[in-house]
Amino acid sequence: MKLTGAKILMQSLKEEGVDTIFGYPGGAVIDIYHELVQTDIRHILVRHEQGAVHAADGYARASGRVGVCLVTSGPGATNTVSGIASAYFDSIPIVVLTGQVPTQLIGNDAFQEVDIVGITRPCTKHNYLVTRVEDLARVVREAFHIAKSGRPGPVLIDLPKDLMSKKCEYRPPKDVNLKSYQPTYRPNTKQLHKVVKLIKEAKRPMIVAGGGVVLSKGSEELRKFAEKIQSPVSTTLMGLGAFPTQTPLWLGMIGMHGTYRANMSTAACDLMIAIGVRFSDRVTGKTDAFAHQAKIVHIDIDPTSIRKNIPVTIPVVGDCRQTLQMLNELLEKEDFSGVQKPRTAWINQIEEWKSTKRLAYTQSDTIKPQFVIEKLYELTAGKALVTTEVGQNQMWTAQYYHFDQPNSFITSGGLGCMGFGLPAAIGAQVARPDKLVVDIAGDGSIQMNIQEMATAVQYGLPVKIIILNNQYLGMVRQWQELFYNRCYACTGMEHAPDFVKLAEAYGAVGLRATKPEEVEETLKQGLALPRTVIMEFVVEREEKVYPMVPAGAPITDMLLV
Amino acid sequence: MDDEHRENHILSLMVENQPGVLSRIAGLFSGRGFNIESLCVAETTEPNISRVTLVTTGDMNIVEQIKKQLNKLINVLKVFDFTGVSHVERELVLLKIRAKPEYRAEILRLVDIFRSRVVDVGTDYYMVEVTGDQGKIKAFLDLLEPMGIKEIARTGLIALPREKQ
Ligand SMILES: Cc1ncc(C[n+]2csc(CCOP(=O)(O)OP(=O)(O)O)c2C)c(N)n1
Repeated sequence: MKLTGAKILMQSLKEEGVDTIFGYPGGAVIDIYHELVQTDIRHILVRHEQGAVHAADGYARASGRVGVCLVTSGPGATNTVSGIASAYFDSIPIVVLTGQVPTQLIGNDAFQEVDIVGITRPCTKHNYLVTRVEDLARVVREAFHIAKSGRPGPVLIDLPKDLMSKKCEYRPPKDVNLKSYQPTYRPNTKQLHKVVKLIKEAKRPMIVAGGGVVLSKGSEELRKFAEKIQSPVSTTLMGLGAFPTQTPLWLGMIGMHGTYRANMSTAACDLMIAIGVRFSDRVTGKTDAFAHQAKIVHIDIDPTSIRKNIPVTIPVVGDCRQTLQMLNELLEKEDFSGVQKPRTAWINQIEEWKSTKRLAYTQSDTIKPQFVIEKLYELTAGKALVTTEVGQNQMWTAQYYHFDQPNSFITSGGLGCMGFGLPAAIGAQVARPDKLVVDIAGDGSIQMNIQEMATAVQYGLPVKIIILNNQYLGMVRQWQELFYNRCYACTGMEHAPDFVKLAEAYGAVGLRATKPEEVEETLKQGLALPRTVIMEFVVEREEKVYPMVPAGAPITDMLLV
Repeated sequence: MDDEHRENHILSLMVENQPGVLSRIAGLFSGRGFNIESLCVAETTEPNISRVTLVTTGDMNIVEQIKKQLNKLINVLKVFDFTGVSHVERELVLLKIRAKPEYRAEILRLVDIFRSRVVDVGTDYYMVEVTGDQGKIKAFLDLLEPMGIKEIARTGLIALPREKQ
């Protein structure tokens, strides 16, 4: 039967199992919307296209499926760029559908024309401009395949308007077979044997796990692996949640705002097993000084990650979960009775670091932001799905909300995109209606996509927004305080809306705490409400995130409180 | 970058013959701060596949990263590095050279020695076509340079591996 492009698109999306689309209509996608409302695919109308992409991102992370968003051409498409780049950096599988002017107008500077395929080439895993309706079904199938396989990432499909009403015979496409794209899931066993040998020789091993472990659903294997070889574990920001925090093997997060014991371990370890990390500069600090005594094993599904920033002793290309599984099997056959003892000294050393230089703050007369997060952790028993904005709020969340479950921490790690948290929380809540979803925000970041309050209220999404209001662009102010002689150039944010009234104006609930003794009550009240809630905490203005490693310094050179 | 370890690398890519593929490749180089010395693209015997030959410089790590990044592009089917591989390389150069009467004989002699050809003659210039590997082209240009090259167009290098013996 002959179907229009718009019908074929819907049919194809359904075949990919899409049940929700985050989007914003416009002239170029009007035909698609016309079809969309006749399907049972749920559409969430956001208030800004950037919100649509972040929401699709949050949906993807919370559900483990591909997130989808749909926007119009030109300005709709350009508004998606930050969201796409954020998903690209964090390897999140999303498919972005953009409208495009009719094929015969492409290249003519038509109304609302923009070369979005060109613009997004460097920040998508792949992208397509569909030029024939006959290609549409195949392109959609390929796009989903590429987005979710290998190292996941965003894929964009640009859809010229005329193709949406053009008809062609619809045949569901066959399974994808892209000759040039064959991710390596199964690692080379020879390499694994070498890894086992190094593990047996090591006296002070350390594991660094990243987002790749979360994405590959490998946290259970990671736990087994670490226990088996009795190695302490640190994770990157993206890896939080991949390893339980209540074990002696847990080192805490590594990097610029990592724990003392995690960062010191990097300098002392003689073997570092890096799994699903890309050694971002926020993790390594000065690369020459990073893990300089250690042999490094680097496991990653993306070969470009390996040896990009850090020299590696044994590269292993493969899916993190599958690799850990195979390593665990190999280790089963090994005698590890001799390993336990020599490593006690190492574990003791780490315990000592942990007890002398722990994460700490002192609660005084004004609310400390860390206190709010610790209380939140207590009250939610660590069960919330937490998104963050970017800045100090993000780092305090990473440090003080202890993430024991993969995918429970949703943050813009690689791009560090302010305005991410609220829309991501919306996406996460849509994916997981059963979960308590909390966005932890700064007063600056929340204002970047505050309009999505309307989306949350419209769809009855009971996301909780915690604003740590320090009336500063806090993280930048912290740098200015420490490295720019306290010259607070343009980081004051005294002028903000009244967030309580703002919440009410959007039809949500607004609560505010200004004293430490109000924190617990405000949280309890806000968390108990089955509605969209803003909880504003007026916090210590000049509080800093510690530890901190100055950019470009070795990560063992930490400023500690 | 460590100048001692900088090397010229000839890379040969088999890519899908589609719009946008070249811009993906070029964008990868510019976006990551890699250098392209020359770049040639044309169809192969299979019309849906093109061969891209590009010359780039960098130390081992950079070139390894370049190759991995190229391989990662969905439309790139194969990446081949000619370093350490026996191969034939060629470039075609067209150039116009001032042909003052006192130089004419010399120019024609050089053209002859280098097995190049004069393809056009004007009142005060010759247009010369020469093909060869990088060494030959460089030698030829060095010899002609003092006589005054007016204009030059180069294709950039192409290469194929020799049959394995
Ligand atoms: C879109 C965007 N613009 C600018 C920045 C630079 N930046 C990083 S952190 C930060 C301050 C964030 O302030 P706020 O949201 O109030 O959070 P706080 O650090 O105070 O917790 C800024 C401006 C960014 N990360 N993203």
